[in-house]
Amino acid sequence: MSLAHDARLAVGRATEAQRAARTWPEINNPAAWAVAAILVIMPLIASSFFLIEIFATTLILGTMALSLMFLAGYGGMVSLMQLTIAGFSAYMVAVFGVSGNANISLGWPWWLAVPMALALATAFGTLGGALAVRTEGIYTIMITLAIGAAFYYFTNQNWAIFNGHTGINNVATPRFWGVNWRADIPFYYIVLAVAAFCYFAVQYVVRAPFGLALQGVRDNPRRMAALGFNVNAHRIAAYAFASFIAALAGVLQVWNYRQISPGSVSVGACIDVLIIAVVGGITRPIGPFIGALTFVLLRTFALDFLVRLGLDGNRFRLLIGLGFLAIVFWSSDGVIGLWQRWRQHQRREVSRSGRGRGHG
Amino acid sequence: MSRFVERHPAWALITIIAIAVALWLVFAVWPPGLEEAIGRKRVFLNAVFNGITLGGLYFLVASGFTLIFGLMRNVNLAHGSLYLFGGYIGYAISTSSGSWILGFIIAFILTAAVGVLLQVIVFRRMEGQDLRQTMVTIGLSIVFADLMLWACGGDFYQIQTPNWLIGPIELPLITAIKSSGEPVYLRYPMVRLVIFIASVIIGVAMWLALNRTRIGMIIRAGVDDRDILAATGVRIQLVFVGVFAFGAGLAGIAGVVGGTFQSLSPGEDIRFLLASLVVVIVGGMGSIPGAALGAVIIGLAEQLGSVYIPTYAIVVTFLIMVLVLAIRPQGLLARR
Repeated sequence: MSLAHDARLAVGRATEAQRAARTWPEINNPAAWAVAAILVIMPLIASSFFLIEIFATTLILGTMALSLMFLAGYGGMVSLMQLTIAGFSAYMVAVFGVSGNANISLGWPWWLAVPMALALATAFGTLGGALAVRTEGIYTIMITLAIGAAFYYFTNQNWAIFNGHTGINNVATPRFWGVNWRADIPFYYIVLAVAAFCYFAVQYVVRAPFGLALQGVRDNPRRMAALGFNVNAHRIAAYAFASFIAALAGVLQVWNYRQISPGSVSVGACIDVLIIAVVGGITRPIGPFIGALTFVLLRTFALDFLVRLGLDGNRFRLLIGLGFLAIVFWSSDGVIGLWQRWRQHQRREVSRSGRGRGHG
Repeated sequence: MSRFVERHPAWALITIIAIAVALWLVFAVWPPGLEEAIGRKRVFLNAVFNGITLGGLYFLVASGFTLIFGLMRNVNLAHGSLYLFGGYIGYAISTSSGSWILGFIIAFILTAAVGVLLQVIVFRRMEGQDLRQTMVTIGLSIVFADLMLWACGGDFYQIQTPNWLIGPIELPLITAIKSSGEPVYLRYPMVRLVIFIASVIIGVAMWLALNRTRIGMIIRAGVDDRDILAATGVRIQLVFVGVFAFGAGLAGIAGVVGGTFQSLSPGEDIRFLLASLVVVIVGGMGSIPGAALGAVIIGLAEQLGSVYIPTYAIVVTFLIMVLVLAIRPQGLLARR
C-alpha cells in the first residue's frame, strides 16, 4: 500500500520535474529580463570604477560563491575550499602564463595557460572533494577548511612555485584581435559572459538527470544507494563541476587584480565566500550573486558610511560579521528567504484585509 | 593490546620496531655516520621535545573542542577566538598583577563565562541544527576577531614567564660526547616541560573524570544518546552548559600557555582553530585519548618537519590528515 503510494508520488514528482526541465525558469520572469538588460547596458550607465570595482568584482565573487551554492544547495555539502580552488587556478595562470616574476612563470600564451590552469584546478578540487566525501555534514566543513588553510600556509612557505608571501605580480592579461581585454569595458563583458555561462550551466545541470540524482543523494543517500546510484561518485562529480566553476572565477580574479598572493587565499577569504553564499541564500543560483553584491557594496562603502556615522571606519569586518549573524539567526535562507517570507506576508496581509472588507 | 597483536601481527611488529628505533634515537649516543647524514643529535632532540610540548598545547586546545563536539555535535569554529581571548586576558592579568598563575585562573573563569553565555544565549536556541550552529560560530569568530583587534590592536604580546620557571633544565639525555670523553647533556627550557606535565595531568584528570565519576558517566551517556539520557531525568541543559564552559575554559588556559610559549597576535585564533581541527580529525572526533594522540602526532610532525624539511612542514601535517582520512575516515581512536 505504502509502496504504491510512494511510487505514485515519485511519478508525480518526475513529471513535474520534466515539465520544469523543458523551459528555463527565467524565460517567463520579467524581472530576470530587466536585470539581464541592465547588466548588458551597464557600461553605458556606470563609471569605470563602478563597472570594475563593484559589478565585475561582484560577478567574480558571485561565481565563486555559486560553486559553493551548487555544492551546498543541491549536494548538501558545505565546502569551504571553493576559494582555494579559485586561488589555485589563479596561481596556475600566473605560473604557466606571463608575469613579472620571470624566474617562476613559464611564459605560455594565455590560450594554453588558461586551459591548463582550469584542468589542474578542477583536478585539485576533485581530489579534495574525493577526500571530503569520505565524511559527512559538519565534518565536510572541517576537512575543506583544513584543506583551504593548509593551502594558504603552503603558499606562504613555498618559494619555488608560489613565490612565498609576496606572491606573483604583474600577471599578463590577454590581448588579441587588437583588443586589450583587460580594459574596463571588454573585461566587464568577459566577466559577465563567464558569470552568465556558469549561472545557466548550474540551472541546466540541476535539472538534468545528474542534478536530479544529486538532489536525491542530498535528501536521502541510503535510498539512492539502494536504488543503484553510486552516491560517492555523484558527490565527487558535483565537486568536479563546482571546481570547474570556481576555477573559471579564479582566472578572472587574477586578470582583475593582475596579481595573486597568499592573502587572497587566506582562511578569512575562504570564509567570506561562505558568508556571501549564505547571506544571498543557498537554495537558488541567484542567491550568491545577491550576496556578493551586498558584500562588495559593504566592503567598498562601509568605511565612508561608518565614518559618517561618527564611528571607526576600520570596523568593517565587525559589520559583516554581525550582518552574517543576523542573517543566520533570522533566516535560514539568506536574503532570498527574507524576500520570500516578506512576499508571503504581504500576500497574507492582502488576503486578510480583503476578507476583512468582505465581512465588513 | 594482546588482541591487537593477534589480529594484526604485521602492524604490531612494525609498531614495535618503530618504537624501538625512536627510543634508540632518543637515548643512544649517535654514531658519527648518522650525525653526518641527518645532523646533530641536539637539534633532533630539541625538535622532538618542542614537538611533544607543542602537542601538549594542542591537546589543551583540541580537548575542549572535541569534548564540546562529542556531547553537543556542535563544531565550535569560534574555539580559536576563545583561545586568543584567554591569551589576552592572561596577558592583561599577569602584567598587571605580576602573577602568572592568577592569569591562568582568571583566563579560565572568564572564557568559561563566555562559553556559558554562548551556550545559553546562542546554541540552546538552535539545538539539533548542527549546520546552522556551525555557521553561527563562524559569524561569532569574525565578530570576536574584530572586537579583539579593536581592543588589543595588531601588536604581538608575549606573556612574561615567571622567575621560578625561567632558564633551562639539564635532562639526563646525552646529546654528544666531548673529545675529552665527558658527556654533554640536553638542556631544555623548564617552563615548557612544566606546562607539558601540567597538560598531561589535565588530560589524565579529564580521562579519570570521564571514566570514573558520575558526571563523567552522564557525559558519556550524553555522547551516546542525549535523548534517552534526557528521558532518564538528567537535566541535560545543565550538563551542556557545564561541558561548554569547561571546554571554553580549557581554550582560555591554552591561550595563556600559547602566549607564554609563543606570542599572541591577530591570526593566532585561526592558526589554533586549524590545529585543533586537524588534531581532532586525525585523532577522532569526540575522543579525549584521540585528541591526545593526534596532538602529539601533529606537534611532532610540525616541529620535525620545520627542522628537516622547512619548506614543506605544513604539507607533512596535511599529508598525515589525508592519510588518516584515507585509511580510517573516523579518526585513529574514534569508536565508531
